[in-house]
Amino acid sequence: MAETAARKPRGKGAPKGNEPAISKSELTRAYRDMLLIRRFEEKAGQLYGMGLIGGFCHLYIGQEAVVVGMQLCLKPGDQVITSYRDHGHMLATGMEARGVMAELTGRIGGYSKGKGGSMHMFSREKGFYGGHGIVGAQVSLGAGLAFANWYREDGAVAVTYFGEGASNQGQVYESLNLAALFKLPCIFVIENNKYGMGTSVDRASASKDLSKNGAPWGIPGEQVNGMDVIAVREAGERAVAHCRAGNGPYLLEMKTYRYRGHSMSDPAKYRTREEVQKMREQNDCIETARRLLLESFGVAESELKVIDDEVKAIVQDSADFAQTSPEPDESELWTDVLIDDSSVVAGGR
Amino acid sequence: MTQILMPALSPTMTEGKLARWLKKEGETIKAGDVIAEIETDKATMEVEAVDEGTLTSILVPEGTEGVAVNTPIAELDGGAGAAKPAPQREPAAPAPKAEDHAEIAAKGTDNRPETVPAQAKAPAPEKDWGPTKAITVREALRDAMAAEMRASKDVFLIGEEVGQYQGAYKISQGLLDEFGPKRVIDMPITEHGFTGMAVGAAMTGLRPIVEFMTFNFSMQAIDQIINSAAKTLYMSGGQLGCPIVFRGPNGAASRVAAQHSQCYASWYAHCPGLKVVAPWSAADAKGLLRAAIRDPNPVIVLENEILYGQTFEMPTADDFILPIGKAKVEREGTDVTIVAFSIMVGLAMQAAEALAAQGISAEVINLRSLRPLDTETIVRSVKKTNRIVTLEEGWPYAGIGSEVAMQIMENCFDDLDAPPVRVAGLDIPMPYAANLEKLALPRLEQVVDAVKRVTYK
Repeated sequence: MAETAARKPRGKGAPKGNEPAISKSELTRAYRDMLLIRRFEEKAGQLYGMGLIGGFCHLYIGQEAVVVGMQLCLKPGDQVITSYRDHGHMLATGMEARGVMAELTGRIGGYSKGKGGSMHMFSREKGFYGGHGIVGAQVSLGAGLAFANWYREDGAVAVTYFGEGASNQGQVYESLNLAALFKLPCIFVIENNKYGMGTSVDRASASKDLSKNGAPWGIPGEQVNGMDVIAVREAGERAVAHCRAGNGPYLLEMKTYRYRGHSMSDPAKYRTREEVQKMREQNDCIETARRLLLESFGVAESELKVIDDEVKAIVQDSADFAQTSPEPDESELWTDVLIDDSSVVAGGR
Repeated sequence: MTQILMPALSPTMTEGKLARWLKKEGETIKAGDVIAEIETDKATMEVEAVDEGTLTSILVPEGTEGVAVNTPIAELDGGAGAAKPAPQREPAAPAPKAEDHAEIAAKGTDNRPETVPAQAKAPAPEKDWGPTKAITVREALRDAMAAEMRASKDVFLIGEEVGQYQGAYKISQGLLDEFGPKRVIDMPITEHGFTGMAVGAAMTGLRPIVEFMTFNFSMQAIDQIINSAAKTLYMSGGQLGCPIVFRGPNGAASRVAAQHSQCYASWYAHCPGLKVVAPWSAADAKGLLRAAIRDPNPVIVLENEILYGQTFEMPTADDFILPIGKAKVEREGTDVTIVAFSIMVGLAMQAAEALAAQGISAEVINLRSLRPLDTETIVRSVKKTNRIVTLEEGWPYAGIGSEVAMQIMENCFDDLDAPPVRVAGLDIPMPYAANLEKLALPRLEQVVDAVKRVTYK
């Protein structure tokens, strides 16, 4: 199991006739969560266009299967950390759409009271540790989450997401070494969407198979079709089992694709319209899951319509909330810089 | 009916040129279809449809320049599935005007919690901790860590050579034997990685002590210290603290040249979200390090290699601890205030002794804490002496002395009888040659001369 070579990418849909590797309820949940992320991000893009969201805004559209598939493998107590393309991860871990959208609009109802923005939201309750803006920094932090699990011996695993662009950062390799050295329960997930901003992976990485990037430290790795939520879940289960058994870290390279630009102000001239269109039409994770539910699991259109409507309502509600929640009070300027420590030195003077 | 609005396609775009329509009136549009091309201030961008429906009318013809963001550019006859336009219950969050920022900033300055009260209060006396014994700074630091590690299993020490080697400077001597390899953890030479790892662990509530073999190596990890440890509490709206200590020797040692002889006091003291302490005596070392370990915030503890072997009297009480943010008046005086921290407190004490012989009474303030700075104690002293000399080993430019002088300007300018003078290391990389190194660091005669300048003696 350990040294799994590049697995055969799954084609369109699930293997017909074979036993599907996912239950109807799980796939339904995955479909719902992926759709929620898609619709949420479309709405975020719309609000950005209206000037309601400022600064950087990196959309996850196209990559939904990665985080949703991985999340199916996790238990309460496990942790998730990622970079700044993070809205999908928040929603997948169960954070409220309202709080995320209100953070995007910089309102008090946002997860960080409007002080973090698109790239900086957290929920200890849901095991989501951000939301980090410095490419690659979250990888060392993620190793630290896994270190805490190792230290406490609590059986939890930490899933550390980063892009193929970040995979060239020095601290990523420092973290791989540390994780392997201490057998930390850390799943490193490279979301390879082919472009680090405008630079294609071919122009950035001498390594052509990023799943082997942990090989020098003996970290098993797999290439996974990140456009297929079932393939992601299967690989995720192997990774989680490996980590929970105390075997140390695991690396998954998710072959995925973002449909939108790097951020909102990306003219996307580094790739053709046709390339994007082809990916959308032939490999879209939501369409694939939808077809499978209808064709292989006997789910009725009307059942999916109920999900579609529920998602639409959640997103609309979040957008309404994000525009009606007030801006943070000016007094918030000075809060949360430091934690009050008046109890620390009781014996002081 | 849904209106398509001129979108903002970059953080700075306020208007753009509608370069080209890719859909005609009457055409059916799906979400994700490219409907138009817009030239922004940065580039030509494609506009994708968010809503579905039939394009009923184009309101802004292609080629139009200067179309303001949020101007309706087309109308869509939404099908049953079309998303409703976002409600406009209040004016769409107007971008704050420039003067708003200034106003907020000004208000903020007034509200700053650390602003010194106009009327300085009488100083609270330093608590009497009872009997003392002679102990080295090295032992004091070790004892502080051991005491806190005994008190909480969440506290652990991580760094290069802290375990089996017993510490590169023998600060962690004996800790591995007492606490075992899971709590005294040897790291490979990988500061960026292990600092990030420790910060991540602290975000879950563990309380790491990160030892840098010297603070020079912390530059490898400074992104994790500032961007991750110091800022996350604020960026998370108070949800995610980072109780962590970064400690190790700072500043010049002896004859180790430029890359290993640098003071990081002003680097770290500059950053909100951090606390920074710089102990001088053994009591400072133990009391401040214990407070740093218990503190729920990231704390930088700037030690000094030359001080490690020096012996001081230190309270023997088990619960001895010092508050972060309080300076100590090490020597009382009436003619001039000398402010120093870390090893320079020793030089200031020598200077005070030399000055006393010449009939000048110098008050010496050991800052102990650089962030927060105990401005109250400095101001109280200057109100008494009316003169101040700042002393530090680091570079003068934007140094701690600069900040102390500015605090004086802001808080007790009218009490000054002479402009403040700073004594600092020379504004050069540290030379190796013994004679040059000596010249690059503050010397006794410079401090004495500086005092004479401000006292016009």
